Amino acid sequence: MDYAVRLRHVTKTFGKVVANHDVSMDIRKGEILALLGENGSGKTTLMNMIAGIYYPDAGEILVNGKTAEIRSPKDAYDLGIGMIHQHFKLIDVFTAVENIALGLEKNEKFDLKAIEARVKEICEKYHFELDFQQKVYEMSVSQKQTLEIVKVLYRGADILILDEPTAVLTPQETERLFNVIRNMKADNKSVIIITHKLHEVLSISDRVAILRKGEYVDEIDTAEATEASLTEMMVGRKVELNIGRSEPVNPVRRLSVRNLTVYNLEDVKVLNDVSFDAYGGEILGIAGISGNGQKELLEAVAGLQPAAAGSSIEFFERGSENVAMELVGKSPRKIRNAGVHLAFVPEDRLGMGLVGSMGMTGNMLLKTYGKGHSLFTDVKAPRVMAERVKDELEVVTPSLSTPVSRLSGGNVQKVLVGREISEAPTVLMTAYAVRGLDINTSYTIYNLLDEEKRNGVAVIYVGEDLDVLIDLCDRILVLCGGRVNGIVDARSTTKEEVGMLMTNLRKEGTAREQ
Amino acid sequence: MSSNHSVHREPAVRIVKRDTVTMGKKIFVRAAAILLALVVDAFFIFFVTGLNPLSVYRVMFDGTFMTPIRFSWALRDLATLLCIGIALAPAFRMRFWNVGAEGQVLVGGLVTALVMVRCGQSLPTPLLFLVMFVTSIAAGAVWGMIPSFFKAFWNTNETLFTLMMNYVATSIVACMTNIMRGQASSLGKLNMSNQAGWFPQFGITFLPDILNQRYTINILSVILLMFGMFLYMKYSKQGYEIAVVGESENTARYAGINVRKVTIRTMLISGAICGFAGFLIVAGRDQTISTASAGGQGFTAIIVAWLAKFNTFYMALISFLLVFLSRGASEIASAYSLNDFAASIIEGIILFFILGSEFFINYRMIFRGSGKEVQA
Repeated sequence: MDYAVRLRHVTKTFGKVVANHDVSMDIRKGEILALLGENGSGKTTLMNMIAGIYYPDAGEILVNGKTAEIRSPKDAYDLGIGMIHQHFKLIDVFTAVENIALGLEKNEKFDLKAIEARVKEICEKYHFELDFQQKVYEMSVSQKQTLEIVKVLYRGADILILDEPTAVLTPQETERLFNVIRNMKADNKSVIIITHKLHEVLSISDRVAILRKGEYVDEIDTAEATEASLTEMMVGRKVELNIGRSEPVNPVRRLSVRNLTVYNLEDVKVLNDVSFDAYGGEILGIAGISGNGQKELLEAVAGLQPAAAGSSIEFFERGSENVAMELVGKSPRKIRNAGVHLAFVPEDRLGMGLVGSMGMTGNMLLKTYGKGHSLFTDVKAPRVMAERVKDELEVVTPSLSTPVSRLSGGNVQKVLVGREISEAPTVLMTAYAVRGLDINTSYTIYNLLDEEKRNGVAVIYVGEDLDVLIDLCDRILVLCGGRVNGIVDARSTTKEEVGMLMTNLRKEGTAREQ
Repeated sequence: MSSNHSVHREPAVRIVKRDTVTMGKKIFVRAAAILLALVVDAFFIFFVTGLNPLSVYRVMFDGTFMTPIRFSWALRDLATLLCIGIALAPAFRMRFWNVGAEGQVLVGGLVTALVMVRCGQSLPTPLLFLVMFVTSIAAGAVWGMIPSFFKAFWNTNETLFTLMMNYVATSIVACMTNIMRGQASSLGKLNMSNQAGWFPQFGITFLPDILNQRYTINILSVILLMFGMFLYMKYSKQGYEIAVVGESENTARYAGINVRKVTIRTMLISGAICGFAGFLIVAGRDQTISTASAGGQGFTAIIVAWLAKFNTFYMALISFLLVFLSRGASEIASAYSLNDFAASIIEGIILFFILGSEFFINYRMIFRGSGKEVQA
């Protein structure tokens, strides 16, 4: 067997935390290997050692059959190893070609024309779509990713590592990426892909390697694997992958949005005449290709985006269902205190709801510290609350004062979602609540949301995964180009119908609320 | 694939971030740094100046501790430096790089001096002090607020802005002192005849001499500030807001914090305390004003605030160390008629080692082959 990379008894620790323990695994030439594991199981650390970012504490790495000391990303490049990280490493003000030229060896001639010609060759070979003269700041996430891959190939990589490449891509973009990956495989290159999406693992990979708590569990040929078997190997026990969708009981109108229009900073209409109702005891899903107004919609309701004149967002408090409270014009804090909570998980997971340098206790305070008239913050209540969230959601943290930025992604999200639901909101809006989460944790969050619904909360769920939207929600509102392009019943709709609504704006007038 | 790269050896030294550091280790690393600095200094003293290092250290120690009056000067300088450090702490916690303390101190001092001269004869003493106090902190607050206002509304760069405000303040002070001195060659002490607006210099009689301070008011007020700022930053709602804004404006916005308001309010506080430091300098120390009144302490205080990671109690320790070093250096310079630079080198080496020790507190090094961790 011809191996591209072999890891032998590799161990890596950070302080007292063991990220990888005695991992031995092989990557064959010309195969696509999926690396699977729960959040915090050490996948990225392991790959970073192959890519020269970390250096193993013990064990050895063989590249093409020879022992290799990979001390820096440059060493990795020289060995033909390239990694595409979750956070792109590109210069915003440079064009695509200029970014590729950045990695030239000192003795190479700086000849952009020649580079462009070679890049063109690579793009044609693997069917990449890339505009060479486009500046990086004008690129979409998917275009930036393409550029990163081309850059790595240009430097002669035979072994490519992709760390969660599909986390921020649309389904169409993902399909395009997979085609390229298959072309690379046909060219006898080895590709390692980290992803949490099991259906992607099944569709793209040849073999799956599984890590659990930093240790190598097993590997399996993709042909013999199923979603259930992979999950079991990953978690270490049988897991029910069911969303227990309950029937809405006695829905009460909580939110009534009428003619909501929002302009962004560039004065572009990002939400256009949006109208809908949300009911307590149901989950309203919001579907749409990213950037079609989902974020603005939630932010407008939460008071973080100014709504244009003529917009109306009425809120009906618990116990006073007949009295409408107009939310437009109210401050974010007033809206939250009224019972409308927003948990938004941004790409970097921290930047919009948590303070990375503070512990759980400090973060519990974030939205409630202003309560009361005392000059000082309440010391006890947030600690009690942090304790409760930690217990109920099984947050793994060394202590309540450990900075949340040091927790793994899944735990960070539990802290965020846990805080928003722990105070019994009337309306709970979540966006991308499972972004980057492993499948087990994702289902924990889905079931939490369903529980909130059963408690009579009006849940609004913005998500990317259509299967989940259809399984979890009661109704799905589809946004397209900032407009409501239809509200469908999740129990009777199909993926195709929602997909159509996401991409094809219906004619004016028909897109009214049902 | 080039073959010349497969012969790499394990890197000679790897640097790894430490996870947690115990208090004991921190103290050990810092103590070792100071000891090492003294050894290096000893070589410098012996080989370059030909003096006995031990007697030089003795003289250095004398700079602060030889007589009660020296000690009280040292504490007075400590109070000034600490006061400015305390002023900077909330701004820095908010990641607002206020490098304009120098100017904020100067305008506070200038206003104090103006009130002393204009109202020294007419106002009764308590009222005079009150007016001096209020106007000085108001002046400092305004000086600090201006850059924060522009930052909040137009996102100007606060580092450049606060820095430039220093030069404006210096020029205003130069102009005003020229007007105030009239025909005299220099300004001299203000209100020399009746000492109006001078802090009374008193000690507390039952204390031993060394603690009997001439600058009791300066010291006591800064101690109060030290406790006050500690509580404010750690336990108050406003202190919490400052920490959140400093960490991420987006998070602050999502939490419903008015970022503009917090930015401006924090700089009002930072500037006000700087203005208060100016008040202490003019009324409690110099009884006069000049462009050199702040004496670069507005910049030294940046080191104080950073090294202490904004903990006001650590700040007191670090201020003391800096004051001790600078007094010691000038003492060496005069006692051995050394050139000032030689004394500064001795001071600089100690500072260098202390700053360098931060690296060993945060990181550890692993040497090739040893597999063993080296504990700094």
